[in-house]
Amino acid sequence: MKQKTLRPWLLLSPSLTAVLLILVVPVCFVVVYSFWLRSPIGQDIPAFQFGNYGKFFADFFYPSLLIRTIRVALETVLLCLVMGYIPAYFFYKTESRFKPILMILVMLPFWISFIIRTLSWINILGDSGLINHVLLSIGLIDSPLSMLYNEGAVLMGLLQYLLPFMILNIYVSLDGIDKSLIEAAKNLGCTEWQAFKEITLPLSLPGVSAGCLLVFVLTCGTYLPPMILGGPGNDMIANLVFKRIITTLDWPFGCAISTILLALVGLIVFTYNKYMGINQVFKSLGG
Amino acid sequence: MTKEKDPAFVKYRRIVKRFGNVIAVDDVDIDIPEGSLVSLLGPSGCGKTTLLRMLAGLETPTEGDIFINGKRINDVPIHKRNLGMIFQNYALFPHKTIFDNVAFGLKYRGVSKEEMQERVYKALELVRLPGVENRKPSQLSGGQQQRIALARAIVIEPDVLLMDEPLSALDENLREAMRRELNNLQQEIGVTTIFVTHDQREALSMSDKVIVLKDGIKQQEGTPAEVYNHSANHFVADFLGHPNFLPVIVGEEQDDHMVVQLENGKTFLATPSTQFKRGEKAEIVVRAQKLKMAPRAEFHEDEGMNYLFGKVKDRSYMGGEVSYYVELEDMSTLHIISFVRRIPLERNDEVFIKLNPADCRLIKV
Repeated sequence: MKQKTLRPWLLLSPSLTAVLLILVVPVCFVVVYSFWLRSPIGQDIPAFQFGNYGKFFADFFYPSLLIRTIRVALETVLLCLVMGYIPAYFFYKTESRFKPILMILVMLPFWISFIIRTLSWINILGDSGLINHVLLSIGLIDSPLSMLYNEGAVLMGLLQYLLPFMILNIYVSLDGIDKSLIEAAKNLGCTEWQAFKEITLPLSLPGVSAGCLLVFVLTCGTYLPPMILGGPGNDMIANLVFKRIITTLDWPFGCAISTILLALVGLIVFTYNKYMGINQVFKSLGG
Repeated sequence: MTKEKDPAFVKYRRIVKRFGNVIAVDDVDIDIPEGSLVSLLGPSGCGKTTLLRMLAGLETPTEGDIFINGKRINDVPIHKRNLGMIFQNYALFPHKTIFDNVAFGLKYRGVSKEEMQERVYKALELVRLPGVENRKPSQLSGGQQQRIALARAIVIEPDVLLMDEPLSALDENLREAMRRELNNLQQEIGVTTIFVTHDQREALSMSDKVIVLKDGIKQQEGTPAEVYNHSANHFVADFLGHPNFLPVIVGEEQDDHMVVQLENGKTFLATPSTQFKRGEKAEIVVRAQKLKMAPRAEFHEDEGMNYLFGKVKDRSYMGGEVSYYVELEDMSTLHIISFVRRIPLERNDEVFIKLNPADCRLIKV
């Protein structure tokens, strides 16, 4: 009997070990480190004090970054949702023989380094980038539009990074909808649009919910688009962590910011999960 | 007013449906009288579902016209055709309660709240499932879901009820019960019904009229007894079950019958299904249940009957009846289904088989 209850855990043990070693242990390090004291000579002193956290909340500058991160993440979710649902719905509806190729195109960006993809926006949006070059040469504008180093550019970078996640999540959910349900709805008196509202949209919500969660979490932790495409005022919380740890070598403070971000995102995911249900998310991810 | 009422409530006229290069339905005419239950019967890919879906508006005919109650409906959009459809997998809305499922069609017909409630409860009672209105479809069994699908289709009081293999997802015992229930219900509410199936027993037991289809072409239509006993061709005879085919050469006419010659040289009397020429190659079809068999020792000849001799090769007991395979003298086999005899015939028993010329249908090959 005892062996039987043990067996599933044994089967899980390789993945549990991996998760433990590469996820849980490092996170514990970060949390523990956040209580340490920074010393000017470089050797941080093990301690248990809340000075690093105090520092974060003492100055409104730091929490404001956190608020901005959440706001940008929500904006990204909204943009991805609107721009992702339409292609996902198209993939669901189309009977084109080019569908597999179009699907590959959605995933194509994953084959190129995220840094390269983010940098390439400079060539498109920059002062001497593609768009300005074309507009200048056809005489539509006299001086280059400044499209880089603002929140719009950051959102653009985030969007092109995260859109495939949203599209695929929604598509998987849509694809699981039995088409005879829509036929039944129309048979019972729905127009195409009414059938969409009554059947397709509600049944695709698990995918929408999974996609939103994924995009939100990924945005909260990303620092490349604001670093490359954003201006000085567009830093997000992950940029702050990056700067504290890499630039100023203030590991304890960097770790404290990380821990705060972890706690906040964890809280949001937990609340979201309570209302949307993580099962739904898994159902969607698993097809 | 002496307006002649068209006996056909639903009419298909010269319907052709092509999917790319594939012809799914080829020049089909169908007449369906009001209040009747008509089956479209055939193997998969025969076009039966396509015919149903064209009536529902889920497919558009490539050529031809469809009429309901004298009105051409080719260009009427799906949601404006007042038709109840039952899908093979029921297609209940998984995110809605049973009440909302059944009320769905009423909601889009602008029915008031009170009337909606009344009609939904009445429909649920009609399918003998009152009290489930707050459940979700996934909480019901297959048979119950089937009934909800039926309730949802009839609650809108459709002009025609369309059923696409509605029983195929149920297990054998349930299917039998559901078949009777569907039949009773259809008669009770008297709605014109089109029933698509590949199961000949379903078609024969339920329908007022059976239309047999193959490769998009109508093979035969008629009452169940007509298509079973007077099959028009080899395919229909074969598809409706338990046929024996004997290849023959046509001789001359004799009274109502036709004298034909079997391959072994024997002469037989057969009932022609159509005109035959002398010397023409044809086929006798006779159902396994119509063959009488007895031990050879008891043989005595009756006037005007056909006889064959053989040996029991195989038999399988099926409860009320026994299925025999008899090897004839020319090594061909006949399938015979007979009631259980007092003294059962054993393997290798010598037997004679009596065939009534009325049961021997002569058909074209």
